Amino acid sequence: MKHLGLIITREYLNKIRNKSFVVMTFLSPMLMVALISVVAYLSSMNNDTLKDIKVLDQSGYFGHLFEDRQQLRFEILPDMELDQAKTLAEATAAYGLLYIPKVDSIAALQKGITFYSADTPALGVTVGIERLLQRQANALVLRENGIDDKAIEALYFNVSTQLETFAGQETSKLGSGLKLVFGGAAGYLLFMFIIIYGNMIMRSVIEEKTSRIIEVIISSVKPRALMLGKIFGTTLAGITQFAIWVVILGVFSIIASGVLGLELGTGVDIAQDAAQLGDAASQEMAAAVAKEIWQLPLTNLIVMFFLYFIGGYLLYASFYAAIGAAVDSETDTQQFLLPILMPLIIAVYVGVFTVIEDPHGTVSQVFSFIPLTSPVVMLMRIPFGVPLWQQIFSVLLLFITFMGTVWFAAKIYRVGILMYGKKPSYKELIKWLKY
Amino acid sequence: MALLEVNEVSKSFGDFTALDRVSLSVPKGSIFGLLGPNGAGKTTLIRIVNQITMPDQGSVFLDGSPLAPYHISDIGYLPEERGLYKSMRVGEQALYLAQLKGMPKSEAKAQLKVWFERLEIGHWWDKKIQELSKGMAQKIQFVVTVLHRPKLLIFDEPFSGFDPINAQVIQKEILRLRDEGATVIFSTHRMESVEELCDHIALVHQSKKILDGNLTEIKRAHLSNRYKVGIECADPEQTLKAIGGKFKIVPSTFKSVYKGVQFSLQLTEKDNPNEVITGLSHYGMIYHFVAEVPTANDLFVQAINQDKR
Repeated sequence: MKHLGLIITREYLNKIRNKSFVVMTFLSPMLMVALISVVAYLSSMNNDTLKDIKVLDQSGYFGHLFEDRQQLRFEILPDMELDQAKTLAEATAAYGLLYIPKVDSIAALQKGITFYSADTPALGVTVGIERLLQRQANALVLRENGIDDKAIEALYFNVSTQLETFAGQETSKLGSGLKLVFGGAAGYLLFMFIIIYGNMIMRSVIEEKTSRIIEVIISSVKPRALMLGKIFGTTLAGITQFAIWVVILGVFSIIASGVLGLELGTGVDIAQDAAQLGDAASQEMAAAVAKEIWQLPLTNLIVMFFLYFIGGYLLYASFYAAIGAAVDSETDTQQFLLPILMPLIIAVYVGVFTVIEDPHGTVSQVFSFIPLTSPVVMLMRIPFGVPLWQQIFSVLLLFITFMGTVWFAAKIYRVGILMYGKKPSYKELIKWLKY
Repeated sequence: MALLEVNEVSKSFGDFTALDRVSLSVPKGSIFGLLGPNGAGKTTLIRIVNQITMPDQGSVFLDGSPLAPYHISDIGYLPEERGLYKSMRVGEQALYLAQLKGMPKSEAKAQLKVWFERLEIGHWWDKKIQELSKGMAQKIQFVVTVLHRPKLLIFDEPFSGFDPINAQVIQKEILRLRDEGATVIFSTHRMESVEELCDHIALVHQSKKILDGNLTEIKRAHLSNRYKVGIECADPEQTLKAIGGKFKIVPSTFKSVYKGVQFSLQLTEKDNPNEVITGLSHYGMIYHFVAEVPTANDLFVQAINQDKR
């Protein structure tokens, strides 16, 4: 036990003093913020350019509809030939030309309306124009059939379903989105953590082998203590790095949003929606978001996040340590890495595609019990409400498997760290378990 | 009294037998040479003593009690495959390794200062291992091995990587540690060091022990009653012929400033060497008459060859 403390301390200090670790810790959040800022800045610049659209309305039904919007400038052309209009639009470098032909009946408008442009127009532009035309066309047909304008005006309203569970808890589509964000973030964080720091553990085991210090060390401590010390030490270094990242990212995003006037991160969509809805509505929205977050099983999520994080991470970390012990150099790790990356990747895919579709379906449930995938999948499911017995059962299964894996990895580790020269096959690894 | 007692220890890896019922007894305060060709099983035996691997069968006793985890601090082990953390500083690393062996930090620090002073490497304390040469790193490694004053020291090829001067320094230190009460197990292929250092040897070949005991006694047991002789004389051919008529002789040469005949003389049980010398003195001045004592190297080669047959 005393040894374990020593090993953890050494591993931790060694990691965080490492130059590349320090550089990574402070540089990567800066790079990330810089990248996001550049992308955000570029896309906002893109939106700022005005698009000139000429409208040639020979039918005479629509001309008055086109009012200038944020980025669109409409110009209604006087009656002229189509070819003439095209030449004109091209000559004035307009974004496009909307051509509505002369028709006998409104129904004939189903076909024949054409948008001419130099390049394929942006989806947003055409969809917007289509929606406008559709609404007007519908109104025209209704009017033709003798329905007065008031009734037509009354026709347009939005229906939205209120969601409520049988237990009486109100939910909403906004809530589903938030659940997805929370669950997804938790699952993805774990996934990233496993890959980054699992690799770090593996490299540090290989380093001990290549520097040949391993035999000196294990004449003083049990290989299992060394392995666990490595895993814990690296994990602590990882948590330190993550914490620093969170702080730096927070500070930077505040600075960046202040300087550039940009909103970063997950807030982007909501903020934009809110801006369109107007001030009063945005406050309402923010209140709704806060309410939804408050309604999530937060305590449950946080407790389970820690349990799954510890269990899942340690499970994979011991695999990484065993792989590091089995090989001589990092280039030999590929054949062993794939089988342990597969379940992780499957877990993320199941989480993203299946859990969203049906959080309590058979596939989601099965994968939230399998120990190799349960940390990611279950974390994504929990915001949608998972019965407690399922959570407990799945966590138990995970920790039992973790014990087994540590035993298994320690065996491989014990034999592997003293093996030099050849890359072992799976068959040999199994033989090692019996040594 | 034996410090280390190995009883009938066997170990196999899969189908491969690394040790086959090997027994050893290492006397307290001795320097014990563990010899054998590559792949004979020496390293496996050493790893068992260090509790790195467990024996399949047999038992090991250290200082009278069965080998247990608390013995780790009683043993200092310098493996053949050795190294240090390259990016760690010398002092910090030595402290870490000493603490793993159970030394309190302050004591380890004080002892390290003494050793670094003695080996004149004090100014390396804050250097990283990767800044040192191989020989320098080996010195650190030696200090780390012996720092916690273990009862049993195990050196596997301790002189590899040292220049002759530093090898001499290390050899002196090993002898001093022995004089201070440590028992040393010494595994090497350099027979001249065995000759110089070892009191006892054991020879392992193909996972079996084929020879062991006190080096001097083994040598006495292998005396062949043969003598190297050099006589200064006027007519070498005639002299050889005359002596060859009385004794069994084998041609032999050795370096000498004298001229004349040189040969190996095989005596029988009945011959008295003193009388033989008197007899030989008639042929000229005897400038050389030495009993042929087998070297450790001879014993090694001979025993291995016999075992092969």
